[in-house]
Amino acid sequence: MKEPTRSTRFDKLRRLTPSRVRFDASDHAPGLDAVLDFQASHARARDAIHRSVDWDSIIADLAPHTALRLESKAGERKTYLSRPDFGRELSDRSLLALDGMRVEGPVVVLADGLSSFAVQSHGAALFQALTALIPELGNAPVFLVEQARVAIADQIGASVGATATFMLIGERPGLSVSDSLGAYFTWAPDPGLQDSRRNCVSNIHANDGLSIRDAAARLAWVWQEARKLGTSGVTLKDMSGMQKAIASERSGE
Amino acid sequence: MATYKATVGKETFGFPTLAALLAAATPERSGDHLAGIAALSEQQRVAARMALADLSLSVFLNEAVVAYAECEVTRLILDTHDQTAFAAQPARNVGDLRNWLLDPAVSGGDILAASPGLTPEMVAAVSKLMRNQDLIRVAHKIEVVTAFRSTIGRRGTMATRLQPNHPADDLAGIAAVILDGLMRGAGDAVIGINPASDSIANCIRLVEMLDDLREKLALPTQSCVLTHVTSTIDMIAAGAPVDLVFQSIAGTEKANEGFGLRLADLAEAQEAALSLGRGTAGQDVMYFETGQGSALSANAHSGVDQQTLEARAQGVARAFRPLLVNTVVGFIGPEYLFDAKQIIRAGLEDHFTGKVLGLPMGVDVCYTNHAEADQDDMDSLSVLLAVAGVNFVITVPGSDDIMLGYQSLAFEDIAFLRETTGLRPAPEFEAWLANQGPSVGAQPLLAAFERIGVSA
Repeated sequence: MKEPTRSTRFDKLRRLTPSRVRFDASDHAPGLDAVLDFQASHARARDAIHRSVDWDSIIADLAPHTALRLESKAGERKTYLSRPDFGRELSDRSLLALDGMRVEGPVVVLADGLSSFAVQSHGAALFQALTALIPELGNAPVFLVEQARVAIADQIGASVGATATFMLIGERPGLSVSDSLGAYFTWAPDPGLQDSRRNCVSNIHANDGLSIRDAAARLAWVWQEARKLGTSGVTLKDMSGMQKAIASERSGE
Repeated sequence: MATYKATVGKETFGFPTLAALLAAATPERSGDHLAGIAALSEQQRVAARMALADLSLSVFLNEAVVAYAECEVTRLILDTHDQTAFAAQPARNVGDLRNWLLDPAVSGGDILAASPGLTPEMVAAVSKLMRNQDLIRVAHKIEVVTAFRSTIGRRGTMATRLQPNHPADDLAGIAAVILDGLMRGAGDAVIGINPASDSIANCIRLVEMLDDLREKLALPTQSCVLTHVTSTIDMIAAGAPVDLVFQSIAGTEKANEGFGLRLADLAEAQEAALSLGRGTAGQDVMYFETGQGSALSANAHSGVDQQTLEARAQGVARAFRPLLVNTVVGFIGPEYLFDAKQIIRAGLEDHFTGKVLGLPMGVDVCYTNHAEADQDDMDSLSVLLAVAGVNFVITVPGSDDIMLGYQSLAFEDIAFLRETTGLRPAPEFEAWLANQGPSVGAQPLLAAFERIGVSA
C-alpha cells in the first residue's frame, strides 16, 4: 500500500501553516494516507469524548491529598452531550455526600468535561503544581466529578462554603489536540452566576499549548488578585496587562 | 385550554399557542428538548402537523410568536409584510401553501413574487409539513442571484467561501492556505477569515492583506474579515479596504443583544460599505451567518422552536439585500442538533426557508467532534445541497478548521461536487481560473504569491 510520492516542491509553503494543505492542482480524491490520517485524528477526538476517566489512577496521583468522587445529573454520555443543563447540577446522591461538609478557603474541582484524556493526562499534575503555589488548597479534598460542565463547580463550592473554586475540566477536543485542559477560577461560587464572573486559563496541554507550570502561575496570580479585590471575572481581566508583565518577568528568570 | 387541536387515532391533542403548535410539529431535534418544547410523542408530533396543515395563514399575521412590543425582529417582520403579495398568492392555509410550492406549474419566479407576502414563521411552518425531498424540490426551483465582483447563485453554478483561518492570524500561513484553495478552484463566493483576535488593528491588517492579494492576482471575488458589525464600521472609517460587512444574526431581539447587535447597526454598516462603491459586478455588500440554536444558547428563545427562530433570523437578513447568507448548521453543537440525521434535516430546512424568503443561501456543511456525525454524513449533505441548488458552501484545507476546531468541507470536495453534479463556479471566477490555469499548473499563481513575499 504505497502512496505516490508527494511533490516536495511546496514544502516551504506547507511549513507556513499547520492546516491540512495539499498544494496539488489535480482534481483527484485525496490520497489514502491523508484520509486515514484524518480518520485517526477524528477517532482520537471521539475517544477523548466518549471513553471514561480512570479516576482511581488520578486519586493515586493526587496523594497525599484526599479526593471525593461526585457525579452530575446527566448520568451517561448521551444525556450529557444533549442536556448541558444536567451537567451543571449534582445528582441527588452527590448532594447528599456533600451534606454538612464545610471547608475553609478555596477548593479544586477536577472534571471530565468533553475530554477524559485531558483530565487523565494533566488534571493531577496541575493540581499538584497549583497546591505548591496556593498551600490553602491542601485543606480540602479534591472534588472529582463525572459528566460535568463548568458551572457544577458553583454548586459544589457554594454547598461546602468555599471562598473560591478552581475548576479543571477537559476542553472540547479538536483534530490536532484531544487532551487540552481548561481551568476556570470563580470567586464566591454561587449557582446561577454569570460566566462573566469567571477567569479562564485555557489550552493547557503538551502539544504547543500552555505548560502546567505556566498555567499554575497564571491561576495563582488570579487567586492573589481576587483576594485583594474580593471578586473575579471581567474586573480582573481588565488588568491582564499586569499579568503579561508578570509572565515576562517569570520568563526572564 | 387548547386553541389548536387535531386527532390521531383515538387521541385528540391540543396546543395552547401558535408557538407550541409549531414546536410540536417540528422534526425531532435535541435543542427543542433542551428548551422543553419538543413534541412529547410521535403521535403528538403528527397531530400538530395535521392542525398546522389546516391553520389559516392569516393567523400568523395576528398571533406573533414573540411579542411585537418586546422584539424588534417581530416589528421588522410585521411592519415590512407585503399585504398585496400575500393576497395575490393562492394559498389560504399552511397545507395549501405546501401544495402550491410543490405544484410543477408554480415556478421559482412565482415563489419569489409571493415571498414578500410570506412571513418567516409561515415559511418555517410549511417546512414542517415537508419531507426532505420536498425541501430540495422547492428550493431547486428558486434562483437567487447576487453580485459584488463575482455573480453568485445563477442556475447551474455553485460557489465556495475559501476560509483560510489561522490560530494566530499569521499572514504567511493564511496566504499559503489561500493559494492551496485557489489551486483547487475555491473562493468565488468570498475569501473570508474568522480572525483569532477581534482588535480593529488586527482586522485591518488582515483585510489589507486580502485586498492586496486580490489586486495582485486580479481575482474576481470579494474578501471579508468576519468581525462584529460595529468593528467593521470602525474599519471603514479608518479607510480600510472593506468589501463586505459580516454579522451573525439571530431571530429575537434578546438573542441579538447577546451578539451586541441592534438592527440599526446593520443599516449603518450597509450604508458605510455602499459608500465605498467597491463592487464591479454588483453592490450587494452584506454577509450574514445564522444557525439553529443560537437564540436558545443565549437563553433568548421565548418558547419558540429553534427552526422557526432560524427563519426569523433569515427575516432579518432579507431586509438588508445580502450578497451571502449561510447557516452554520452543524457548528453549534449536539445540544441543538444531536446527530447527522438532525444536522442534515436542519441544513435542508435552512436552505429551503432562506430560498423561499428570497435569500442567496449558502451552507457551512459541518460538524463538531462531539456530534454524532462524520465525513460520510457531510458527503451526503453536500450532495443533497448541490442538488437543491445551494448558492455556496464553505471550504477549508482537508476539512479541518484549525482555528475554530470543527470540520467543514474540504477544497477537494468541490472538485467532487462539480464533477458529479455538473455545477460550475461563478462565471467571472471560472473565466479567471481558465486564464490562470491553476488546475493544469500553478506557475502564474505562484509568481503572484512570490510578489507578496510568499514563495514556494
